[in-house]
Amino acid sequence: MNLPEASRVAVTAIGANRLRSALTVLGVVIGVMSVVLLVAVGTGARNEVTAGVEDLGSNLLLVVPGSFDFGQAPTLSKFTIDDVEDIQRDLGDQVSVSGNLASGETVRAGSVSAFSSVLGATAEFDEVLNREVVRGEFLTESDVATGRRVAVLGSSAGAALFPDSDPIGKYVTIAGLRFRVLGVFDELGAALGVDRDSQVVVPITAAQRLFGTRRVDTIFVKAPDASQLDPITDRLRAVLSERLDDSEFSVLTQQEILGVAGQILDTLTLVLAAIAGISLLVGGIGVSNIMLVSVQERTREIGLRKALGARTRDITTQFLVEAIVLCGVGGVLGIALGVGLAEAASTFTPLPAAVTGWSVALAFGVSVGVGIAFGTFPARRAGRLDPVVALRYE
Amino acid sequence: MTPPPVVEASDVTRSYTLGKGADAAVVHALRGVSFAVQPAEFVAIIGPSGSGKSTLLHLLGALDRPTTGRLRFFGRPVEEMDDAELARLRNTEIGFVFQQFQLLTRTSALANVALPLVYRGTPKAQRRERAAAALRSVGLGHRLDHRPAQLSGGEQQRVAVARALVSQPRLLLADEPTGNLDTVTGQEIMDLLRGLNREQGVAVVVITHDQEIAALAPRQIRIRDGVLEAAPVTSAGSVASEQPLAPVAAPPERGA
Ligand SMILES: Nc1ncnc2c1ncn2[C@@H]1O[C@H](COP(=O)(O)OP(=O)(O)OP(=O)(O)O)[C@@H](O)[C@H]1O
Ligand SMILES: [Mg+2]
Repeated sequence: MNLPEASRVAVTAIGANRLRSALTVLGVVIGVMSVVLLVAVGTGARNEVTAGVEDLGSNLLLVVPGSFDFGQAPTLSKFTIDDVEDIQRDLGDQVSVSGNLASGETVRAGSVSAFSSVLGATAEFDEVLNREVVRGEFLTESDVATGRRVAVLGSSAGAALFPDSDPIGKYVTIAGLRFRVLGVFDELGAALGVDRDSQVVVPITAAQRLFGTRRVDTIFVKAPDASQLDPITDRLRAVLSERLDDSEFSVLTQQEILGVAGQILDTLTLVLAAIAGISLLVGGIGVSNIMLVSVQERTREIGLRKALGARTRDITTQFLVEAIVLCGVGGVLGIALGVGLAEAASTFTPLPAAVTGWSVALAFGVSVGVGIAFGTFPARRAGRLDPVVALRYE
Repeated sequence: MTPPPVVEASDVTRSYTLGKGADAAVVHALRGVSFAVQPAEFVAIIGPSGSGKSTLLHLLGALDRPTTGRLRFFGRPVEEMDDAELARLRNTEIGFVFQQFQLLTRTSALANVALPLVYRGTPKAQRRERAAAALRSVGLGHRLDHRPAQLSGGEQQRVAVARALVSQPRLLLADEPTGNLDTVTGQEIMDLLRGLNREQGVAVVVITHDQEIAALAPRQIRIRDGVLEAAPVTSAGSVASEQPLAPVAAPPERGA
């Protein structure tokens, strides 16, 4: 019996028991769907993080507390505003330096309130991080030097706090203190479902007073171009080592951040894929189970086919093709569903999802593989049946 | 040189072991049977229920292997054949008609009859043509697309005969083909088999426990408790029903 013939027999057998075939396929459908969907979510997250980090520009250096490694617990910062000034003094005009301190706070304007990330920054912040102020102005050197209570709002923070008036010149209240609004940022958009426009930026000196600390969390250093990163990194280390232990800070390039973030997201994607893989495995076991029942039920038919000249191989092929067709159909349906759900997720939820060709190909390959792996045992069992025993079977 | 017998059994036994270990019981279904079917012969095997008729026929149809003794098809010992060869033998040389019809209920009469041709790679159009011709030859040319459930018992058995014929075998084995049918329909099936034997020279072995049906066969063999009771008559046409009842020795050796 050739393959088209075996496929025809398989399709007939599947069609003869539609409900059972459908239920069998369901397990594979769910498994493949989860693989496609979860890998899409993992990939989408990776893409957004990459885009977000790349937005910062390849000539940006980030100074963070502690050693920066995958799996490292966050360390409390030992930086102060002096470090920021030392760096600026040492490296001179070739770089722009911004020190930052962030905390989540409730910000009020009249009766309206919004939970925002309040970020203390120095006057170079907008330039270093490529932020554009579309209305009003950004903080000045003197605002930072005197710890003046002024603020620049992210676009959605501005819209939330001042729904129907121009915020410039108005006041917002943070932790009981009033800040005058200087300007509003251009829109950034959301990343990983986080609204990046709800930020409220205030002078770092004011923020330190507000939060009762002298700490600086992170320092951004912008080099003139990417080729200068290495010498500037060395200078930064030298400056910071004067006051701090080497284990108390790290200097990172965009590449390094991407590397670690990528590692985290790859692990996430892998975990998601593994979970999905388990459901695919369960689907495969379901197929195996149903195939065994099917072989049992068709014992007489198998005996008859053998009596009429079917070889062991013909019977094995017939049942194997049946398992593969079941799983292949399940795979196609699962891919369609997974792609559909991924599209729906990225359209209707903040969850990013990017369907990748390899995950679709892999999911289909795996589902056919599952058919082969879990169909082989029942198929061999069918092929080995003795024609006489099979014909006598009731 | 005389052609070798279609099938030849020499001192064949077949026993079944039931259970395992200490409680294993052995059932001796055949206890030393020697018997040959010559080309174009027509043989009836008669015997009471449980005497080993089906067991013998399964051996003659290459569906089963003997426990001991030799079994040859066209002079070739069965123990030398592997799975693929046995399958080919069943597919091309032997037609089998079962007591319970054994038709695939999901497919049409035509597809049922065409099934053996599937296993020898005959193209679909040709399969349909030959299956239709086989059905016409058993008088069912007007029932090609009926499913088994839409046919009478006699018609179903005729479909089964057509299926056994479609591969133009040299040996046709029928296990109580009339057992589930009334006398008239049974007679029709027997006439069909007789006709095939006469017109196409197919060797036919029919199992029955009906004395009247057996009387139609030129050669008759009795079986009781797994042992043959009548000397085989080798020339087709002579009636062997009045032979003395005695176990038989190995058949006369033929030119090999
Ligand atoms: N697979 C088997 N396992 C165990 N015993 C078996 C098996 N097949 C047949 N037998 C036994 O072998 C003996 C012969 O069986 P067989 O089917 O050949 O009889 P039969 O002459 O065809 O009877 P019937 O006319 O009722 O069909 C019986 O005693 C039966 O119980
Ligand atoms: Mg029987």
